[in-house]
Amino acid sequence: MSERFHDITVTVNGEEVREHVDARKTLVDFLRDDLALTGSHVGCEHGVCGACTVRVDGVVVRGCLMLAVQCDGARVETIEGIADSNEIADLQQAFIDRNALQCGFCTPGMLLTAQELLRSGAVPSRDTIRVHLSGNYCRCTGYQAIIDAVEAVAKARASE
Amino acid sequence: MTMKITEDSPPILSALDRPNSYIGRSVPRPNLARLTQGRAQFVSDLTLPRMAHVAFVRSPHAHARITGIGTAAAKKAPGVIAVVTGAELAQVITPWVGVLTHLKGIKSAPQYAMAVERACWQGEAVCAVVARTRAEAEDACELVEVGYQELPAVTDAETALDAGTPVIHPELGDNLTFERVHVAGDPDEGFKDADAVVETTFVFGRHTGVTNEPRAIVADWNPGDARLTAYHGTQAPHMMQNLFAKHLGLEEHQVRVVTKDVGGSFGIKVHTYADEMATVALSKLLKRPIKFVADRIESFVTDIHARDHRVKAKIGVKNDGTITAWEIDDLTGIGPYSVYPRTSGIEANQIVNLTGGPYTCPNYRARARVVFQNKNVMCQYRAVGHPIATAVTEGLVELAAAKIGMDPLEIRRRNLIPDDAHPSSGPSGIKFEALSHHETLAHLDAMMNYAGLRAEQKRLRAQGIHRGIGFASFIEVTNPSAAFYGVGGAKISAQDGVTMKLDAQGAIICQTGVTEQGQGAEAVIAQVAASAFGVPIEQVRVITGDTDNTPYGGGTWASRAAGIGGEAAWQAGKALRANVLTCAASILQATPDELDIRNGLVVNRATGAERLPLAELARIAYFRPDTLPPGFQAELMATRHYVPRAWPFAFTNGIQASYLEVDIESGFVRLIKHWCVEDCGTVINPQLVDEQIRGGVVQGLGGALFEHCLYDERGQLLNGNMADYLVPMAAEMPDIEVGHVVTPTADSELGAKGAGEAGTAGAPGAVMNAINDALRPLGAKPLTDMPFTPGRILHALGRV
Repeated sequence: MSERFHDITVTVNGEEVREHVDARKTLVDFLRDDLALTGSHVGCEHGVCGACTVRVDGVVVRGCLMLAVQCDGARVETIEGIADSNEIADLQQAFIDRNALQCGFCTPGMLLTAQELLRSGAVPSRDTIRVHLSGNYCRCTGYQAIIDAVEAVAKARASE
Repeated sequence: MTMKITEDSPPILSALDRPNSYIGRSVPRPNLARLTQGRAQFVSDLTLPRMAHVAFVRSPHAHARITGIGTAAAKKAPGVIAVVTGAELAQVITPWVGVLTHLKGIKSAPQYAMAVERACWQGEAVCAVVARTRAEAEDACELVEVGYQELPAVTDAETALDAGTPVIHPELGDNLTFERVHVAGDPDEGFKDADAVVETTFVFGRHTGVTNEPRAIVADWNPGDARLTAYHGTQAPHMMQNLFAKHLGLEEHQVRVVTKDVGGSFGIKVHTYADEMATVALSKLLKRPIKFVADRIESFVTDIHARDHRVKAKIGVKNDGTITAWEIDDLTGIGPYSVYPRTSGIEANQIVNLTGGPYTCPNYRARARVVFQNKNVMCQYRAVGHPIATAVTEGLVELAAAKIGMDPLEIRRRNLIPDDAHPSSGPSGIKFEALSHHETLAHLDAMMNYAGLRAEQKRLRAQGIHRGIGFASFIEVTNPSAAFYGVGGAKISAQDGVTMKLDAQGAIICQTGVTEQGQGAEAVIAQVAASAFGVPIEQVRVITGDTDNTPYGGGTWASRAAGIGGEAAWQAGKALRANVLTCAASILQATPDELDIRNGLVVNRATGAERLPLAELARIAYFRPDTLPPGFQAELMATRHYVPRAWPFAFTNGIQASYLEVDIESGFVRLIKHWCVEDCGTVINPQLVDEQIRGGVVQGLGGALFEHCLYDERGQLLNGNMADYLVPMAAEMPDIEVGHVVTPTADSELGAKGAGEAGTAGAPGAVMNAINDALRPLGAKPLTDMPFTPGRILHALGRV
């Protein structure tokens, strides 16, 4: 017998939360509606736009393609927690300096996806950056400013 | 870390160059940090006490009579608060008709917040379900039983006016929404004089804005205050205040529209949407906050579509390159209703206005017809009409150049309106204050190394690599006066205002009617205010998007925020500076003329020596006015408004170039590089202008290569999701180089024109010309049918 509601324990941005969730609820709806973590956005609800990007056990995933119940026992990090930890402070500042965001709706997902690429410590080519970010939709910038910002951070980190 | 900041703009040298001026500097936008931290306030993020969610049952048919709506099962579903039909909601909110008097003869039918007797497009809402959560509302939608009697769907614009085609709104007599005919000069004589005539048909695919945040509204009717507060992702809060009040039977002061962060707009969020009107009506009916956020599927079938045009076009040219005549016949299908309040006639009207606009040839015949059909509605989307008029004009120019064997830049040099010929007008009669077509062309020629690229193209051609270079000169409508909408009877403000006040610590607070959806309007207002008044930009706070707390204004659309809102800020800053200096003079026993405000200090105008910090002045004026001379009252708040009066529009101009490669085996196009040189007058923030251009170019590239709302003959949208509707993603997009020529408008002291739509205006035409340049030596039929998919390219090459 499958139960519709499940008790889950998830570590979200370092805090343990215990919730009773509907089996059909997506991770991003759980974060937004149950935990009021509205920094992860809902753009397309079918895994194309990347606005709902979060990290689960250190891996970047689409919050709309994963169910909350699948996160039982997992460690979930959202833009709020990652921003507060200062892990991507340089990347955030580069986005601001380069105006690599306009409306900003895609920005949390874009930052997390870029950080996934930058974590290796290498300096990727512009084409590599473009390909890595090509699952994150931005309607405003035309992408070039985002590529510039990510490239600048890669170079700056490599020279540190 | 040093950031790469574009330095394409020449320095601004004028009276605007006050000490510590921020005008012409790439100052970062003030409010970006929250957007990088997940701390933004999009409407879709908002939750209010007692808030309920609405989901809509939408018509699966393009055209159907509603024979009955069974709501009993849905009303009993878990979490459901109310199930409301279109007929029931029509008791709360009145219908509207999207016509304007200056579009002579335009007609439309009353549109209701939800369909009452008949659904006229696939996706029109027919019943609302309000529940505790969106999920519960959607569950209950599945229990609503709607009886439909399917009616014949009118989907083909080409046959919409045929005698045998059903009339969608019988009371209108026919399916013609609007028609405009314009004849100027002597087109017949022009074509007779031509050595060559090129005639072709351009087709533009219907596409849509795909804002990353879908449309969203939280409506909160509070019967205790007899007041509606609408938290709304809109570009035009005051316009929506007026419309919500009008159709709910309220006074405007009973409606407050609040707009914080908006996840993309591009013209999508400047219209009246039936489901948003239904949401405010449901809040009034149910006396509690109601939230509606469109899901992506709903967005595709209800966000306005645009650009679905078929243009038969003709150009005459002499062997010396002189263009002798233009002719266009435009046909567009706009769905079952003209969209309220801006109408769906404007796009076609713009095409008539703008075609041939950069050139001297005055002989012009144009006809545009706008017809009803049973598809989603079409209306104004970024660069309204420009991408079509530009692609038609520039496509004709390059086809004519090819026919007479002339270089595409050379034919433009021989026909573009000379830079010293202004004021001038276009073939449709549009007025140009001052344009710089030839200077922008020369700048582009050098910036892209045109001769070098041609040599590279030739060298690679010999190796079987097919590259193309294409251009598009363009003009752009910016800073619209009341001529755009107000004269037609729409309550859409052309004027805008800024209220500026000195706070008690010497900072300034600016409230403005222009709004922010990412363009950088807040930064521009802050830069202008800081410069005009004389404080560091860190001491300026800008407040937008609240009808209770900003001067009446139009909002942000039609590239108006910097040019119109910016000038209001400039004038308000000057007025407040004068007020503050009067107060300072009183304190210092000096005359205002001896003083100035620089970098947050009252200084001696001649020497720059500090006389009084603004914080001290504010302390005295607010807390120790008893120490000021008898009879003196400090006025530390000033409001100024601005509207363009001398010209209906501040036209800008520019030219774009595309360099691309076509894989003739697969039909794929690889964009290698794109250039744009534009002239938006005074550049307030070079970085923001460049990024508006780049984002706009990419939006135009999407229309040229990918984006297409595909309908079948029954009016069903076949690709209404982001997996099947293709948008530009990072990997396919080129780097874009931007350059500027600066011709300020004399209509304002600031001299700024708009830049928001130039990129979108020119990009599709440039790409089309580049593809045809690449394929011409292969004998391909010129491609004029956007989007240029691999299949169409292979077809033009005769390979499929």
